[in-house]
Amino acid sequence: MIRQLTSSERQNAAVIAIAVAIVGLAMAAVGRTDVLGVHGVMVMLFAGAVLFYVLSGLYQPEPTEDRETSYYDDPIKVGIVLSMAWAVFGMFMGVWVAAQLAWPNLAFDAGWSSFGRLRPTHTTGVIFGFGGNALIATSFHVVQRTSRARLAGQLSPWFVLLGYNLFCLLAVSGYLIGVTQSKEYAEAEWYADIWLVIVWVTYFILYLRTIARRKEPHIYVANWYFMAFILVVAILHIVNNLALPISWGHAKSYTVWPGVQDAMVQWWYGHNAVAFFLTAGFLGMLYYYLPVRAQRPIFSYRLSILSFWGITFFYMWAGSHHLHYTALPHWVQTLGMTFSVMLLVPSWASAGNALLTLNGAWHRVRDDATLRFMMAAAVFYGISTFEGSFLAIRPVNSLSHYTDWTVGHVHAGALGWVALITFGSLYTLVPSLWKRERMYSAALVEVHFWLAIAGTLIYVFAMWNSGIIQGLMWRTYTEEGALAYSFVDSLVAMYPYYIARAFGGLLFLIGAVVGCYNIWMTVRSAPLAAPLNADVPIAPAVAGE
Amino acid sequence: MDLDHNSVVAFSKSWGLFYLIALAVGVVVYTFWPSNRKRFNQAKNSILGEDDKPWK
Ligand code: HEM
Repeated sequence: MIRQLTSSERQNAAVIAIAVAIVGLAMAAVGRTDVLGVHGVMVMLFAGAVLFYVLSGLYQPEPTEDRETSYYDDPIKVGIVLSMAWAVFGMFMGVWVAAQLAWPNLAFDAGWSSFGRLRPTHTTGVIFGFGGNALIATSFHVVQRTSRARLAGQLSPWFVLLGYNLFCLLAVSGYLIGVTQSKEYAEAEWYADIWLVIVWVTYFILYLRTIARRKEPHIYVANWYFMAFILVVAILHIVNNLALPISWGHAKSYTVWPGVQDAMVQWWYGHNAVAFFLTAGFLGMLYYYLPVRAQRPIFSYRLSILSFWGITFFYMWAGSHHLHYTALPHWVQTLGMTFSVMLLVPSWASAGNALLTLNGAWHRVRDDATLRFMMAAAVFYGISTFEGSFLAIRPVNSLSHYTDWTVGHVHAGALGWVALITFGSLYTLVPSLWKRERMYSAALVEVHFWLAIAGTLIYVFAMWNSGIIQGLMWRTYTEEGALAYSFVDSLVAMYPYYIARAFGGLLFLIGAVVGCYNIWMTVRSAPLAAPLNADVPIAPAVAGE
Repeated sequence: MDLDHNSVVAFSKSWGLFYLIALAVGVVVYTFWPSNRKRFNQAKNSILGEDDKPWK
């Protein structure tokens, strides 16, 4: 990989690594025994490892060929590997916390392994580790292919990818040690947040510069989704994480937002994290990999534009549905509820557009598990957005809020939509990136598909049942007007569902492990002797359309 | 102008409404503008090409 860099780029890489190591040293020096100090040492080790790698390759031969005649695929390959590694870690943590809810002894009486600390390692591991790396990798791939131009930087893609993973490591290790900002999906503390801003702005600039050097005049719609994802996540991250550390030598900080405004900012962030992290970027994947895999253009390009703007306009206003029946002004709750219901329209437009693209190719969906992954993802996207719009209606929310129903909804979205579209995209991407004819084993893709579907369905049905029972038990009154059930009664009623949920999650995890093996074996298998359809110009063939 | 709660609400209820509607109209016009049809058709087929190299 270092062989793709010129020697001056290698020197720059070394300088960046040294600079990061110095920052780590400073953190260690001022933080001392505080977690900040521990994290400073981690930053030094991370930067040191990168430096070691760069220096050991410093005198390798320089690239001789013109790099602009090929796409920059190395960072994408590493991103895919990292994404799958995080998937296994994050899903394992998920199965563990799920099992703890059924069998609390699995916390083993230690602080670091208590539910409260493990849970954010699960959410960060799957959302940011698995999802984030997959988004970075696929966005690098899609932007190059649709722009017909190489990434606008040799070092910056590595900076983005490795820097992002450093952020994830700081976050996850911090939770285990016990630091948290107590903001959901934004638990990492201030220094990690500042680092992420630097990485993310680099990402956005890299993306824009690549688009700017495109050879294809029109910017394909998948890029719009990816750009919305990068830009909006930057804005959300900065506003939500405005905080003051209690001192520069301490990991702990307090948010600048007071009271109910803090709650509103947090859920403006939280819901738009769903919208732009867990939806927009993955729709970018959908709009590229699904047509490519099906070898059919998207059903309606116009509809994809309308739903893009619909989603970006509406999602921004929906966050307050997380705060029904709170101190938030009533009209703000109503605003969020209204926009959430309207959101169904662009959401179903996207899901329908994907399914109609497959209309006429159902035999391929039947035969090809990779395409079926993406088809199922579109279906679950439709289901979870319908459910979301429904849950956002205030009286419905009074039943569902605080119950497992929310968790069921989350996982219809996260497993059924986000993870399935990712696996479908990766199974499309891996063979083409490593120049293999196909995945190592089509049968294992099939196995993975059924494990994932079975796991998702078991999980989601368990949580729907559990959540509705829970909600009903909490609002059942006796004839005397007292609550009929104690909290512990409802907990006992959850027990079988918690076991079922852990089992469903386990199936999903096993599927991901099978996927890792399959990807690994594909990478190790012999490449194609002659690349498929190498450099046949297709521009004229398209222009006539 | 005093930036109290009421004036912010008044601003968002008037200008907020107008700029969102204007944006929405703009998007619809762009999407259905007849001369864009060709470009969109080209775009949706462009990703199905099989060459895997940047263009000159
Ligand atoms: C039209 C689209 C959607 C709407 C209107 C919507 C609405 C909602 C509502 C009302 C809640 C429950 C809030 C509460 O009672 O606390 C919720 C929770 C959640 N939804 Fe959605 N949802 C949508 C799509 C999605 C998708 C596609 C995902 C993808 C993973 C997702 C992930 C989540 C998550 C992670 C939570 C849990 C938040 C928490 O930690 O409390 N949602 N959503």
